[in-house]
Amino acid sequence: MLTGDRPKYFGLVLAIAFSTFLMSHQMSIFVGLLERTRSQIRDVQDASIWIMDPKTQYVDEVRALSLQDLYFVRGVEGVQWAVPLLKGIARAKAADGTFRNSILMGVDDATLTGLPQKFLAGDWQSLRNPKTVAIDRVGYEYFFGAPPYQLGQELEMGSQVVRVGAVVDASPPFVNLPVVYAKFTEAINMVGREPRQLSFVLAKAQPGVTEEELCQRIQASTGLKALTSKTFGWDTIWYYIKNTGIPINFGITISIALMVGALVSGQTFSLFILENMKYFGALKAIGVTSLRIVGMIIMQALIVLAIGYSIGIFLTALFFQLTQDNLDLRGFRLLPEIMLLTGGLIFVVVLMATILSVRRVVVVDPAVVFRG
Amino acid sequence: MKEKRIASGNGGAAVICRGVEKAFGTGNARLQVLRGVNLEARYGELTFLLGPSGSGKTTLLSIIAGLLKHDAGSVEVLGRNLSELHNGEAALFRLKNVGFVFQQFNLIPALTAAENAAVPLLAAGWKRKDATAQAKELLTDLGMAHRADVLPNKLSGGEQQRVAFARALIQSPKLVICDEPTSALDGPTGRHVMELLRKVALSPDRAVLVVTHDFRILEFADRIAEISDGVIVKVSEGKEFQEHVR
Ligand SMILES: Nc1ncnc2c1ncn2[C@@H]1O[C@H](COP(=O)(O)OP(=O)(O)OP(=O)(O)O)[C@@H](O)[C@H]1O
Ligand SMILES: [Mg+2]
Repeated sequence: MLTGDRPKYFGLVLAIAFSTFLMSHQMSIFVGLLERTRSQIRDVQDASIWIMDPKTQYVDEVRALSLQDLYFVRGVEGVQWAVPLLKGIARAKAADGTFRNSILMGVDDATLTGLPQKFLAGDWQSLRNPKTVAIDRVGYEYFFGAPPYQLGQELEMGSQVVRVGAVVDASPPFVNLPVVYAKFTEAINMVGREPRQLSFVLAKAQPGVTEEELCQRIQASTGLKALTSKTFGWDTIWYYIKNTGIPINFGITISIALMVGALVSGQTFSLFILENMKYFGALKAIGVTSLRIVGMIIMQALIVLAIGYSIGIFLTALFFQLTQDNLDLRGFRLLPEIMLLTGGLIFVVVLMATILSVRRVVVVDPAVVFRG
Repeated sequence: MKEKRIASGNGGAAVICRGVEKAFGTGNARLQVLRGVNLEARYGELTFLLGPSGSGKTTLLSIIAGLLKHDAGSVEVLGRNLSELHNGEAALFRLKNVGFVFQQFNLIPALTAAENAAVPLLAAGWKRKDATAQAKELLTDLGMAHRADVLPNKLSGGEQQRVAFARALIQSPKLVICDEPTSALDGPTGRHVMELLRKVALSPDRAVLVVTHDFRILEFADRIAEISDGVIVKVSEGKEFQEHVR
């Protein structure tokens, strides 16, 4: 029946599509941003335990450890190996004077533990050479321009001049800065104002020892905080959720999208039902039960919902498809969970709107059909 | 022709109202609309209910249709005492036994003529295809075969009312109720649809009850009941009435 009223039908489909698009798009970016806060944790794939100062809360603000702490950790039973990791900010400058603050990761000289696994140019061997660093895509393109990548370019890091030995595919950091990987002993001379010490100790458990168990042992015997990558990642995400305006900002946008969806679809549905009341009255007079009429209306609502939702989700997917090569937006994508959540929310909203307006069909006195 | 009309019908009554009373509102706002209506509508006849505006015609019709509850008296429709039907039963009873024609046609805008006519069958659980096929047959009898797949807003008033007739008749109801079926139509069209109604609806085991203001269509009545101020003041055979008016 609703299909007989084109403008309303399209209005409804559009409102639902818009609301779906806005919600799924904003949720995706929200989740993507939160995901980025733990990029540096996630990119360390060869170690699974992070040891830090007991007061350290998340990955981006660290109280330094001493070499002493590294040795203590190595002494804990069940630790297969433990290596230092430096995470700091260093100013990088290219030969032409282009400069930018960069995230500097200093990885263990011997094992290079913490280096990303995926190389776009060069390989991990090249980092063995003195004064050689690996840089991520964003950094390379910022300093040296678009691919093809040319290795061996010079970069001034702090007071050191280094060469780019490899381009790696690092996960996008929360602040969109280049990421530079250097050997630990060289990296401590590149950082700016920070203490020239290690930020974390990365460790791996011996076979047969669970990570949780080892974390507890390390904590007990060294007094340091030891977390699995997973826990530390979530701690970092929660730190950002609790201490930044991000969730509120996104929450507002998502609520507005939901409200627009609810209001427009609710409004259109009640208008539609009001305008068609005499037909519903006629149907009731003829003997069609309210249940059947309501079922018919809800059926139509669900069809409109399915069409609008599909369009909205398609637009979101298209957006992330088209922007997947954009360096600022990379890593943002439409997760199935977000599709489901958006679908669930918009479903509830449209169903509520329909049920609220459909109530009038149930109470209408069929005798109205005889009145002028 | 007139002889035949009066002779038609098996004499039994499809609708019997005895002392029907109905009031709206309470206290000072209370309005006694029906004050003891006695009325019969016989099988095989077109019974007209004639009366001034506000006399209670629609109210009485709604009660007979089971859409409104009366306060006192008894209403027997097709052998059933309406007070004994509860709501759900009343809807099913209407769906099966009563056909409706409204002044404003009330065809559903998104459905074609045939689909509109098929609505009662669809509500009764028929398959769409069978229901519309049946509807098309009936529309053919009403001279609407060529308009069966057209949406209501493309139909003239007379055509819409013919679709409404088809909808009212499609379940072969024993009682057909029409409230001012011609008042939204011009004179010749009104006469034409009444002619069709007589042709298609009249049958020995069906009673047709028509509420009207429209004196131009009175010649189609077998029996005319005049209502005034909530009581039936006079019942005459169609032929008598016309002679009287003349
Ligand atoms: N639901 C209602 N509540 C209150 N008053 C009502 C209601 N329905 C009808 N009335 C009143 O009852 C009286 C009779 O109404 P009814 O519609 O039966 O008259 P009618 O003979 O059909 O008139 P018309 O020729 O104008 O259609 C009117 O005064 C009307 O205002
Ligand atoms: Mg009336």
